[in-house]
Amino acid sequence: MQFKSHARSLALALSLALVAGCSSTGGTQDGSMDGTRNGGTGTGTGVAGTGQVSGTGIGADGDRAGQQADGRIPEVRTIYFDFDRDNIRSEFESVLVAHARYLRSNGSARVVLQGHTDERGTREYNMALGERRANSVKRFLEVQGVSPSQLEVVSYGEERPAVRGNNDEAYAQNRRVVFAY
Amino acid sequence: MKALMMTWLSALLLMFSTLAQADLTIEITRGSDRATPIAVVPFAADGESLPEDVAQIISDNLQRSGYFEPLARQAMYDRPSSSDEVQFGQWRALDVRYLVVGHVSREGDGYRIRYELMDVSGSRRMLGESVTASRNELRGGAHYVSDQIFESITGIRGAFSTRIAYVTAQGAGDDMRFALYVADADGHNSQEVLSSREPILSPAWSPDGRKLAYVSFETERPAIYIQELATGQRVRATSFEGINGAPAWSPDGRRLAMALSKDGQPEIYIMDVASRNFERITNNSNIDTEPSWSPDGRSLLFTSDRSGGPQLYRYTVGSGEIERLTFTGNYNARGRFAPDGESIFLVHRSSNGYQIARQDLGSGRLVVISESRWDESPSVSPNGTMVIFATQQGNSGVLGAVSADGRASYRLPSAQGDVREPAWSPFLN
Repeated sequence: MQFKSHARSLALALSLALVAGCSSTGGTQDGSMDGTRNGGTGTGTGVAGTGQVSGTGIGADGDRAGQQADGRIPEVRTIYFDFDRDNIRSEFESVLVAHARYLRSNGSARVVLQGHTDERGTREYNMALGERRANSVKRFLEVQGVSPSQLEVVSYGEERPAVRGNNDEAYAQNRRVVFAY
Repeated sequence: MKALMMTWLSALLLMFSTLAQADLTIEITRGSDRATPIAVVPFAADGESLPEDVAQIISDNLQRSGYFEPLARQAMYDRPSSSDEVQFGQWRALDVRYLVVGHVSREGDGYRIRYELMDVSGSRRMLGESVTASRNELRGGAHYVSDQIFESITGIRGAFSTRIAYVTAQGAGDDMRFALYVADADGHNSQEVLSSREPILSPAWSPDGRKLAYVSFETERPAIYIQELATGQRVRATSFEGINGAPAWSPDGRRLAMALSKDGQPEIYIMDVASRNFERITNNSNIDTEPSWSPDGRSLLFTSDRSGGPQLYRYTVGSGEIERLTFTGNYNARGRFAPDGESIFLVHRSSNGYQIARQDLGSGRLVVISESRWDESPSVSPNGTMVIFATQQGNSGVLGAVSADGRASYRLPSAQGDVREPAWSPFLN
């Protein structure tokens, strides 16, 4: 890993290293027709709080209003993944850091990390791939100091697509991990 | 009077459509070039109007198998209903190899079906039988007759009296509806087994055909359930943290293989159904899932990405030995044994997409047998002649079936939503 000129927090660097290390045994594979990676597709597709999550109760469990930013569940609750990958894309690191901050300062808050894949490939194998993505988010949050007891991973595989369709755009929106508080 | 009749008719139609709404229909997509010509003459009915066209059901069954090419009714000059009325020369002139004639009459509260099968070239009667069917089982009677005819000619046990389980899904995002159904192998008589707003997948028939194991997310977590079809009674077999998936019954029905990720990543476990004891049979940092028993119960097929991408492996019960089986291409998953244990059916990815393939275990040779780009979830008929699978038609998921040799195929479109996850029952009689 090369050092970038701009400074990152030690925790962030550590978590990236750990996540990278853990996933080195084999990438997540939704399965492509030809093995090419559709890099870039889906960057930022409907990222900003598109209501992917049905969970409502902001400030439940006694997190009263009046606490600063940390008292609110971060608005962006879905992050997307590249084809064939379970690593956290750099543009979503800040999303994860925000969730980590929230969870650290709200010890009673719990979140289900729902892992999803696109619909290519077999269903039970995709169940495993969705779990791998959600676990990669879980490890990131734990390295950021979130207690494992606040985190649960549930993979839905390809069973709950965000959008329907057999095209790269739909696939990109379906390869995701959702924070369900 | 006419108006009254029309009202009656539409009322009847309405009733029928309500009853049949989840049934699947059949569209033959490819007939085998090796199919044997046969004629199934419309059965005589003594002027009675019957709820089902028995000869048509038999003819459709035989055609779907890919083994037979039934003669169109318009081409039949003569409509004998018993062997003594048959003039063989006439049927020889139509290039028909086999001829089926019969008669349906009311008997008591039900029906009697009398049928005969003839070898046209040898001018001889091969089979004749008289069977009864209760009032609601005339279709079942037609399937039974199809089984007898199929076996008498091919030497292979017929599988027309079997059933299929499948899952339907509607909607997307937060608003979805899933249901598990069981229907006759031809898509008729569908019955809902379970419906849920959360995913249902991986139905698996117990070897006695009485129970289904399946995965349901109804508690918002995956769990494996075992449900008795006759009573609807069910138990939750596993609900560990993480994946509870891919249940597969052992041939003796005493054990259930499955994938559980309770100890990290998904591993294959065997659960003793009576004692609920678990035995873990894989142990590594990779994905192991989609177990399937060999017909003799001595080994298990499963999908693993231990070599990078998904490939099929075989675990030998007893020795614990694990051997890789697939080497063609970089995606081979969800294998199922043929009933003779000599070949496997699987999902294979190539430049044409995801397709159903058959691999001969002796030679290791893999042959693609399905045609579309999105084929998955193969399930083999208990006589090994057909494979049912999930495919796409337009933007909808539908079921497709292909003969084990890839020569004949058909589809079972549904009027509503996506249909997927087919599971062919064992023999039920």
